[in-house]
Amino acid sequence: MSQIHTLTMPKWGLSMTEGRIDTWLKQEGEHISKGDEVLDVETDKISSSVEAPFSGVLRRQIARPDETLAVGALLAVVVEGEASDAQIDAVVQRFQADFVPGDGAEQDSGPAPQKVELGGHRVRYFDLGEGGTPLVLIHGFCGDLNNWMFNHPALAAERRVIALDLPGHGESGKHLQRGDLDELSQSVLALLDHLDLGRVHLAGHSMGGAVALNLARLAPARVQSLSLIASAGLGREINGGYLQGIVAAANRNALKPQMTQLFSDPGLVTRQMLEDMLRFKRLEGVDEALRQLADALASDGVQRHDLRPVVAQQPTLVLWGSDDAIIPATHVDGLPAEVAILPGQGHMVQLEAAEQVNARLLAFLRGH
Amino acid sequence: MARKISYQQAINEALAQEMRRDPTVFIIGEDVAGGAGAPGENDAWGGVLGVTKGLYGQFPGRVLDAPLSEIGYVGAAVGAATQGLRPVCELMFVDFAGCCLDQILNQAAKFRYMYGGKAVTPLVMRTMVGAGLRAAAQHSQMLTSLWTHIPGLKVVCPSSPYDAKGLLIQAIRDNDPVIFCEHKLLYSLQGEVPEEVYTVPFGEANFLRDGDDITLVTYGRMVHLAMEAAANLARQGIDCEVLDLRTTSPMDEDSILESVEKTGRLVVIDEANPRCSMATDISALVAQKAFGALKGSIEMVTAPHTPVPFSDALEDLYIPTAAKIEAAVHTVMKGRNAA
Amino acid sequence: MSTHLNTEQLLHAYRVMRTIRAFEERLHIEFATGEIPGFVHLYAGEEASAAGVMAHLRDSDCIASNHRGHGHCIAKGVDVHGMMAEIYGKKTGVCGGKGGSMHIADLEKGMLGANGIVGAGAPLVAGAALAAKLKGTDDVAVVFFGDGGSNEGAVFEAMNLAAIMNLPCIFVAENNGYAEATASNWSVACDHIADRAAGFGMPGVTIDGYDFFAVHEAAGAAIERARSGQGPSLVEVKLTRYYGHFEGDAQTYRAPDEVKNLRETRDCLMQFRQRTTRAGLLGDAQLDLVDAQVEDLIEDAVRRAKSDPKPQPADLLSDVYVAYP
Repeated sequence: MSQIHTLTMPKWGLSMTEGRIDTWLKQEGEHISKGDEVLDVETDKISSSVEAPFSGVLRRQIARPDETLAVGALLAVVVEGEASDAQIDAVVQRFQADFVPGDGAEQDSGPAPQKVELGGHRVRYFDLGEGGTPLVLIHGFCGDLNNWMFNHPALAAERRVIALDLPGHGESGKHLQRGDLDELSQSVLALLDHLDLGRVHLAGHSMGGAVALNLARLAPARVQSLSLIASAGLGREINGGYLQGIVAAANRNALKPQMTQLFSDPGLVTRQMLEDMLRFKRLEGVDEALRQLADALASDGVQRHDLRPVVAQQPTLVLWGSDDAIIPATHVDGLPAEVAILPGQGHMVQLEAAEQVNARLLAFLRGH
Repeated sequence: MARKISYQQAINEALAQEMRRDPTVFIIGEDVAGGAGAPGENDAWGGVLGVTKGLYGQFPGRVLDAPLSEIGYVGAAVGAATQGLRPVCELMFVDFAGCCLDQILNQAAKFRYMYGGKAVTPLVMRTMVGAGLRAAAQHSQMLTSLWTHIPGLKVVCPSSPYDAKGLLIQAIRDNDPVIFCEHKLLYSLQGEVPEEVYTVPFGEANFLRDGDDITLVTYGRMVHLAMEAAANLARQGIDCEVLDLRTTSPMDEDSILESVEKTGRLVVIDEANPRCSMATDISALVAQKAFGALKGSIEMVTAPHTPVPFSDALEDLYIPTAAKIEAAVHTVMKGRNAA
Repeated sequence: MSTHLNTEQLLHAYRVMRTIRAFEERLHIEFATGEIPGFVHLYAGEEASAAGVMAHLRDSDCIASNHRGHGHCIAKGVDVHGMMAEIYGKKTGVCGGKGGSMHIADLEKGMLGANGIVGAGAPLVAGAALAAKLKGTDDVAVVFFGDGGSNEGAVFEAMNLAAIMNLPCIFVAENNGYAEATASNWSVACDHIADRAAGFGMPGVTIDGYDFFAVHEAAGAAIERARSGQGPSLVEVKLTRYYGHFEGDAQTYRAPDEVKNLRETRDCLMQFRQRTTRAGLLGDAQLDLVDAQVEDLIEDAVRRAKSDPKPQPADLLSDVYVAYP
């Protein structure tokens, strides 16, 4: 039995409304498997590959290189089994006739992040998927839930996945009380309580890894497993110059050299990414919160928290980019965990090598 | 996705948030509430175009209707600013500066220097600028260069709701007198604006588009025309870098020069009259400090050296257009080929 | 005569007037040497006005003055050496040598500045009064302008604004008979500047500006009215200036012996001494002592001002903004 699939422009992150086609990675007539990268798309914030959510033969490339298309627009037709050109034409025609590119407001009719007041502090979280033991995604220093834009939907295909903005970050409240790791971990716990989640999988990136480890230390019964990506808390060294630099940077020229340290491909640091970071840093309270947290995390390039003993408490997956310029991948040495080092990758490995990270995470979570 | 509000709402929100935070902030101007002493509603207008609507109710006693008396109430705002308050006075149309210029030119702008650094005058004068409303010669001017010429003043001209809120909060917190120019055609423009308080620093241009072929420098409403032109030119294979100055005093000279050093070409777009304008000022800056990088002539796209006409047939010719910007870009690009 | 002022207050008033007179007369001499840059407008002859009004004010009350501002500054408590150094264009001047005679200011003393723009102080002072009202203090604000300034639209707008907002503001019109070289009885359309108060719904009085006690009483009533929330007043003080509009003005527009006659018959310092000593309120010896102390003060101020350093080249570029990236 044959099936005609339409591959459409994905929505990466909360604000994406359109994307520009860069290059096709698969040609018409080629067989593609689910998970294969089919084409490269760039947005004003980031560029990445569109993965096939199904297998089949790429029968029709609809989108042209350099063309800018709205989220949801038709990119390609992939056929499992047999279909005539006429049948494909009919599908394309019907799709194009029905397709209405949404503006920003209409995009919001899909799943959207929520905000809740917990202990006098506003917390934003984004709840996707359902079923299974829920997974909570915890971003790193200066990040927000958009750091998971290439992971969150893929992971949510198999379970409920909640990404949050830590205090001082994203659209959560900016004022910190103590400005230490415990405060961050407790804010995650407060969200778990609010959502009535007894036991969860935690995944944390960078500082978010330390937040997850520390949560497991504070409340071991709540943690089913840990997935730590380029995590803090597992060794001494951290790039102190980056931490101080990102805190101090007040304009794009100061920010750019810091942000490029995060990626293996510096070209990913777009004008819009810098602008978004500046917009975050201009919010009242952010500067103070970041200074507090930077001090709480490290001093002169040495991390203050050794959370390695927590790793053995529960099943733990540790992922790292081999070329991480912020926290060295050597911190995986000797950890009682499932470890994978992704060659050639930098600190933002979950963004840059999203499909590999997603595959590792999904496999790990299925097993625990 | 962040919340979207209009340029006008962004200004209103900035005022409300700063008035809530700082009890020394107050608003004074003609009909900023509207209805003072009249038998009907208070806050009947909330500003002639409703920008301050609703603030009167939230901050009774701090949103003050003034008589039609620009010397009187602008001067009073200047005086109050020297006494520890942070007035936001509204000069309805910048054209009315003719009435009260002394209080800005000779008083507010001069105090700090003239008094040997001992005075602070944290005044904000919000004022509507720009053509396009068929409002003719006395309600449509773009007097940015007039203010920019005066040492002691800071001059702000936001192009987006985001910038309008952040720059206005910065202006209110700033300890120097600030002329805050609001383009009347931008009031309904929607854009993403954080609900939280934030400031956008002065003297930091916004790179709205990165490009290697030519630099377009502009500010205010012209930013949108420059972006439209840049999008059209991109389809023709010309990559424009678009800089929004945000503030003309202080002006981000470094970013202008950095961009022109990269592209080697410059078009300045200014809605104001051309003589002694931001356009000539920026052209002179680049000619002086980045001469070696230039691959072609510097072009300026401005209004003509005339008052703003009334008839739509004429006003539409007066205001720069994306097509005129594109033509200017082509002129500069040809210069390279000819050379 | 009778007065409710005590000895200390009387001596203070005399000291203020004497200091102004000595300051201005010394400037008249020093200006002729060519050592003083720019131009100066002397207040000699008008001392009773500044002293009579300022006797009611405290540092938190604000005043704005005009081009003829030395007397207001001294009466408001601005440092005399700092003023002299400012007039000499020295770094030690109250404005670091950047303001000069027409822009002496000391905001900590509530002196919002002399002003080179005629009438410009009136809206500023309305603003200071508005600030006091919004802050909920009982401070008042006073603007001094001349018969020339009384014709400026800025003054009219400020008076109207002060009246409709019921601001604690006092408008003091020092009518010395001449706006530059033009007579006020020609340039002012009504009989008395004070008559204009009625048009703005505020009280207006005309008083003898040679008589310290008359000024003191009238100003006191207006200031008390403002302080107690009853709104603005206009006080017209009629007086004369002994010197020209600015130094170097030969005053050929005035009648021969006009100044000489007024000096001999009406001089405010002379009247004050005669009345207080005749009434037994003060003794000549007390007043002579003040005269001597003031002479020393002025001599010291001039000597130091002359030898004080000038501003440095770097001062040219500083203090334009609080912060300018």
